Amino acid sequence: MSSVTALAGTSLISNFASEEEKKPSGEKIRLLTPDGKIVEVDATNINKYPEALITPEESRKGIPDRKFVMVIDLARCKNARKCVESCQKAHQLDYNQEFMKIQLLQDNENVSPHWFPKPCFHCDEPPCVTVCPTGATFKRDDGIVLIDNQRCIGCKFCITSCPYSARIFNWGHKDKFDNKEIPYSPETQIPAAEGTVMKCDFCPDMLRQGKLPHCAQSCPMGVIYFGDKNEDIVTNGEETVSFSELINNRGGYRYLEHLGTKPNVYYLPAVNRQFPLERGFDVDEDIIDRYNNVPYVKDLKAQGKI
Amino acid sequence: MDTNSRKRELVKEFSPMLVKSSFLSNVWILTLIAIIAVGLYAFYLQLTQGHEITGMRDNVVWGVYIINFIFFVGLSYSGAFISGILHFFKTPWKNSVTRIVEIMTILSIIVGPIFILLCIGRLDRLYYLFLYPRIQSPITWDIIAIITDIFGCFLYLYLTFIPDLAILRDNSDLKLPPWRKKLYTFLAINYQDTPSHRERLHKITSIMSKMIIAMAIVAYTVLAWIFSLTLQPGWNSTIFAPDFIFSGLYSGVGVIIIAMYIIRKYYKLEKYIIQSHFVMAGYVLLILSLLFGYFTFSDYFAKWFSHKPADVNLLNTLFGHYFWQFILANYIGVIVPLFFLSIKKIRTIKSITFAAFIAVAGLWLNRYLVVVPTLETPYIPIQDTRPEFIHYNATWIEWSLSFAGIAAFILFFLLIMRLVPVISMSEIIQHERGLNTKEDASLKN
Repeated sequence: MSSVTALAGTSLISNFASEEEKKPSGEKIRLLTPDGKIVEVDATNINKYPEALITPEESRKGIPDRKFVMVIDLARCKNARKCVESCQKAHQLDYNQEFMKIQLLQDNENVSPHWFPKPCFHCDEPPCVTVCPTGATFKRDDGIVLIDNQRCIGCKFCITSCPYSARIFNWGHKDKFDNKEIPYSPETQIPAAEGTVMKCDFCPDMLRQGKLPHCAQSCPMGVIYFGDKNEDIVTNGEETVSFSELINNRGGYRYLEHLGTKPNVYYLPAVNRQFPLERGFDVDEDIIDRYNNVPYVKDLKAQGKI
Repeated sequence: MDTNSRKRELVKEFSPMLVKSSFLSNVWILTLIAIIAVGLYAFYLQLTQGHEITGMRDNVVWGVYIINFIFFVGLSYSGAFISGILHFFKTPWKNSVTRIVEIMTILSIIVGPIFILLCIGRLDRLYYLFLYPRIQSPITWDIIAIITDIFGCFLYLYLTFIPDLAILRDNSDLKLPPWRKKLYTFLAINYQDTPSHRERLHKITSIMSKMIIAMAIVAYTVLAWIFSLTLQPGWNSTIFAPDFIFSGLYSGVGVIIIAMYIIRKYYKLEKYIIQSHFVMAGYVLLILSLLFGYFTFSDYFAKWFSHKPADVNLLNTLFGHYFWQFILANYIGVIVPLFFLSIKKIRTIKSITFAAFIAVAGLWLNRYLVVVPTLETPYIPIQDTRPEFIHYNATWIEWSLSFAGIAAFILFFLLIMRLVPVISMSEIIQHERGLNTKEDASLKN
């Protein structure tokens, strides 16, 4: 497996946004960079710095020449839930609202269960996009599926058509929806709106800044690799590897491949696990209660182990 | 026989229905209005407080509303189908029931879509459907199909009303307030019962009767596709559209029988709606109960026999959490009507109506079991979520709006029956006329 240094990796992932070519207007503006240099830039570029607001219209285009992909290494996941929490924080979700869920899956009764972080799969054949009657949810050129909550009418057809239950709905009004300080962008999904759909967005605002999505960045185990299929490179922030070699050498697969949705999230099987499964129960009581329906958890509870 | 005196005779006979408002009917109307008012209050609460006050949550995002939608649109589709068939084959005993069928057709296509609107999170943005339409979406197909169906049904119902409206306009015996006279004059669009008028109207009605069959089948098929074109276990099935077509008819015929029974009793129309109407409708219901049972069995049997994991999970939900509902909907809802309808000795008006009631209730429950358990049993098991998200329980908001929908259906039925007699006068005359001149009918085709 070829592994480039982390530094080289991040620099490769960075500058996602800087590829667009613009006709210079001739008008120059002088700016101070964070490291103290004075630079002169063209006025047309002034709003295109990575942290700039991406309007709903612009968010439909996608970041040029990119094809984002995620690889989740199930052998390393111990339900630490840092991905869930950082995602909730970044997207201003409630404690009980998640874009990223951690499932406890057991493929059959002879194999031991494993923790299974489940974001949106950003399918190449997304059923949610096909059924949307207003085009509120869309597939971008860079592979990301987003929702424009200013276009969404809340028919929920996308929720019922997603075979991975990736989507959530804002059932009632919350005060934070009224926050007008941050202008709305589908790339951040902030502020959310009542009666509309939300889901994992692969954090395009972070990608534009050359950073990893919040889940990948916050995972203490380096479970989540993220990168660009065009450049054949993924990184979990610590090591940067070739995407194709990673999934070929480690038996990468896509969940429910037979449905034909062509997900952009790959899984590495839970072999040679770094943590015993039980480490995942090192969480609050109310989190454990979320797995009460799982037969394995029922058994553990009956035996008094958790 | 003199047609004009016969017309006068008929108007006189049906005039109590049109003019008198008895104490009992007023009580009925007030009760229905009260139920609708509670529903409107529930709607106001849902509008101001959001969908949070319904039982729908992230897994079961569609609940009783969409079930009512399927149910009512199914009634409308089957009404259109049956009335089209009755016209098409010139069924001899149809005169007394066609209008009941036609009124049901139009009212249920009005009430049904209201329920789908209740499902929508942002009613304020409804016009986006037309502003940013995407033809790929089955919802867009559904909107086109249902709007076409509504117009078609309205036109058809109106066409069948015109001769009677003209009779009522021309009648001077009837003591009506001036506004109703004016209304009849306006709605009758100067129809004179001349042979050429009659022939033209007959032609148009006959074309429309065929067209609404097609429109109704398209509308209901597309509705079935909303479910069967998704990948969800239990929904993604080729049998869905044909199953919807037959189960829609099953509930439709059931409601027609119940309506016939109530109208016959309430308006004392024993002379027009006779036992053979019930027996005929009972035969149709019998065949449909067999078809409905057959389709339902085929669907679940294939799932059980091939035992794909997702299907097995669904069947476990159906036979676990929904055991009694499943028995009521798919066993009782088929076997009880089958029993009462197939044994000649017990085939009375009352028993046929009872069988129809069981069929309708069973079918509503069957629709519930089509929608909710699938949403509760997705491919990826429901985990890492709030306990209240796992099972769906409709709240009083949803129930009161459901009852308001039924109440609105009955109320409009009563109001339309005040406008024109529930038995088509012109068809009675036409029938009596046609008995003498068979060649007249063949000339028209």
